[in-house]
Amino acid sequence: MALSGLDIYKLLPKTNCRQCGFPTCLAFALSLAKKAVVLAKCPFVSEQAKAALEAQSQPPIKLITLGDDANKVEVGNETVLFRHEEKFHHPCAIGFIIEDSLSNQEITQRLEKIKQFHFERVGQLIKTDLIAIKQTQTGERFIEVLKLVLGINQPLALISNDKTALGDALKILAGKKPLIYAADSENLNAFSILAKEYGASLAVKADSIDSLSELAAKVKESGLQDILIAVNTNNKPSRTLGELTQIRRQALKKNNRNLGYPVIAVIEKLDSYQELIKAGDYLAKYAGIILLNTLEEWAVLSLLTLRQNIYTDPQKPLQIEPKLYPIGNTTENSPVLVTTNFSLSYYTVLGEVEASKVPTNILSVDTEGMSVLTAWAAEKFTPDKISDSLKKSGIEEKLKHRNLIIPGYVAVMSGELEEKSGWKIVVGPKEAAGIPSFLKNLT
Amino acid sequence: MALDLVKEKWSNAVAVVTIGALKDEGGTRSSVVRCGGEEGLPFLFAEGKTPHRPVIAMEVLDVEPDDWPQSLTSAIGPAIKNPVEWAVKCEKDYKADLICLRLAGAHPDAQNRPAEQLTKVVKDILQATTIPLILIGCGEDKRDNEILPLCSQAAKGERLLIGETVQANYKTLTASALADGHSIIAQSPIDINIAKQLNILISDMSMSIERIVINPTVGALGYGLEYAYSIMERARLAALSGDKMLGMPFICFVGYEAWRAKEAKASETEFPTWGKQLERGIAWEALTATTFLQAGADILVMRHPKAVELVRKHIDELMKE
Ligand code: SF4
Repeated sequence: MALSGLDIYKLLPKTNCRQCGFPTCLAFALSLAKKAVVLAKCPFVSEQAKAALEAQSQPPIKLITLGDDANKVEVGNETVLFRHEEKFHHPCAIGFIIEDSLSNQEITQRLEKIKQFHFERVGQLIKTDLIAIKQTQTGERFIEVLKLVLGINQPLALISNDKTALGDALKILAGKKPLIYAADSENLNAFSILAKEYGASLAVKADSIDSLSELAAKVKESGLQDILIAVNTNNKPSRTLGELTQIRRQALKKNNRNLGYPVIAVIEKLDSYQELIKAGDYLAKYAGIILLNTLEEWAVLSLLTLRQNIYTDPQKPLQIEPKLYPIGNTTENSPVLVTTNFSLSYYTVLGEVEASKVPTNILSVDTEGMSVLTAWAAEKFTPDKISDSLKKSGIEEKLKHRNLIIPGYVAVMSGELEEKSGWKIVVGPKEAAGIPSFLKNLT
Repeated sequence: MALDLVKEKWSNAVAVVTIGALKDEGGTRSSVVRCGGEEGLPFLFAEGKTPHRPVIAMEVLDVEPDDWPQSLTSAIGPAIKNPVEWAVKCEKDYKADLICLRLAGAHPDAQNRPAEQLTKVVKDILQATTIPLILIGCGEDKRDNEILPLCSQAAKGERLLIGETVQANYKTLTASALADGHSIIAQSPIDINIAKQLNILISDMSMSIERIVINPTVGALGYGLEYAYSIMERARLAALSGDKMLGMPFICFVGYEAWRAKEAKASETEFPTWGKQLERGIAWEALTATTFLQAGADILVMRHPKAVELVRKHIDELMKE
């Protein structure tokens, strides 16, 4: 809940001295409320006013950074419950649990696999974010495994109850801001001290949301700022989802600072499908970090794709630069397909064109990121617009022919487009999947 | 000190749609499916009841599918050549809640099958199975307007769920469904305003809201899933806040979409870093389905038996209070 301009005004000196560059304190306050200016511009604010305003200006869910500058991941700072209201800001971090009971060889194999987890989808690189080392053996073994994992250059989480082992690990990780998982009512003090000393963040875990709130408050009192809330994932799913939702609502709707932290969900070892499905639920419903065990490529690809979907800005669909894209060794006889500049449309068409192995020009028209049918309905994919793009693209100089293939869904515009552009219009398939056979049959 | 929990209070519930009619109701089913009725957001039981669990309909085509990947066809086996055997398998072996028969063979560009053959498949499947039936046309408006009324009549009293109506073509099918006692699917192109508009148009023909199911037109994981996801969230929030014209259950054609995705079909040789092909396809369909459950899906229309099993088990877990 942000303060209004008037609320802020009450906290200012009300002297209208103009040092802030505004004619009055009220004008300054109104601008502050809009976040158009920073509080520091007024040299006369009282300490008390500062504290009140700063607390208010903090995001309701704290942004937490794991890792060092070279390899970091940021989670939190979310502002909504439903992505259509604004967007989800910091993609949920996805990581894998490495148990120290595995042999060194198994661990190395796992790490090799994890290194491969990056995929390109609709022009974006999607990848996993962190590794968690779980202690089940001696402290020495834990450190041994930590050293094996160090080479991988990803932020780390340390899953352990052993404060001596944690202390040793944190010493090695100085400056790398790892996450400690997790403090409960028993070890809260010791873990808070460790985290503070070594600049780590600390997750708190408890059986109920009330206890979580109390624990987080205690950690904060100890002076540690970087806190995560661990949800109980062994509960019935509806309970876990209820908890995840309540934590987000407390932060956003009640401005409950004790629960204003990102949530971490650690998934116990299950069948890979089940881990994936569980992770999918947590991803949709507010987890900031998900740790899982499965290293199946298909599961990782699916989960990262879901994250890409859920965290896409609904007001700003992924777009590509609208221009001409020659695919393969195009010649003056190569066909021309027209589509929108909505990433998904373009990359789907691109995939099929590549699969056809027929060198083809794809003309991407600026539809402000709308798909073919949406853009057509919104008059962003019109004969005028397409004719314009044809001219601007410079394709007319490159080709001997004047045949333009349009998506089957907009066949109705053929006549008008033919008139406007002077090109001959060929109606292509409705679905991109039909492109390869269509292109092959052209010749 | 106990936290002051933020609980939402809703003023409206989603309508309950019943599919299938028992013998003493004028049909021949041995069970019926009720869907919808939610009084709150998905699986937040503390804020409102979910009287009916989400259900899974398995898709059966009247002709052998020619564009289904092998990981899908081989899972179903030889029955895929015979819609009646296929439907029986969905009921008996895969424990589907409903059958969803898609009359793909009716399409003029496909086999353009004569109406008698189509009505016969509908009747034969009703005869061979005991669970409720969803019936979908071929998607070509003209042809659907010709054949669906005949199929509707042939199944009179069975309380099918028939689809699909769209804004530009809803009258013929709505009239048939009204006359024969069926419910209908109202399809809108990922657009909450059109969804509402169509529901109003259909209601204006005196179809009650307990006989309409919304198809928000979902996209698969990686292929626009997030658009329908948010449209469903918005529509459901509006419904719970009192908008009755958006307060119908959702049907999501998950299998149709998921198995078109490259990731569900491509071989491991083609994309070695994507992992095993079979599991990838199943995961693609299952994760698409479970994600829509989080947005309020009531009926999931699915294809792969293993994906169906995974999602059913997940629904079992989700429904535990
Ligand atoms: S500098 Fe401070 S005291 Fe002076 S006018 Fe601005 S807000 Fe008021």
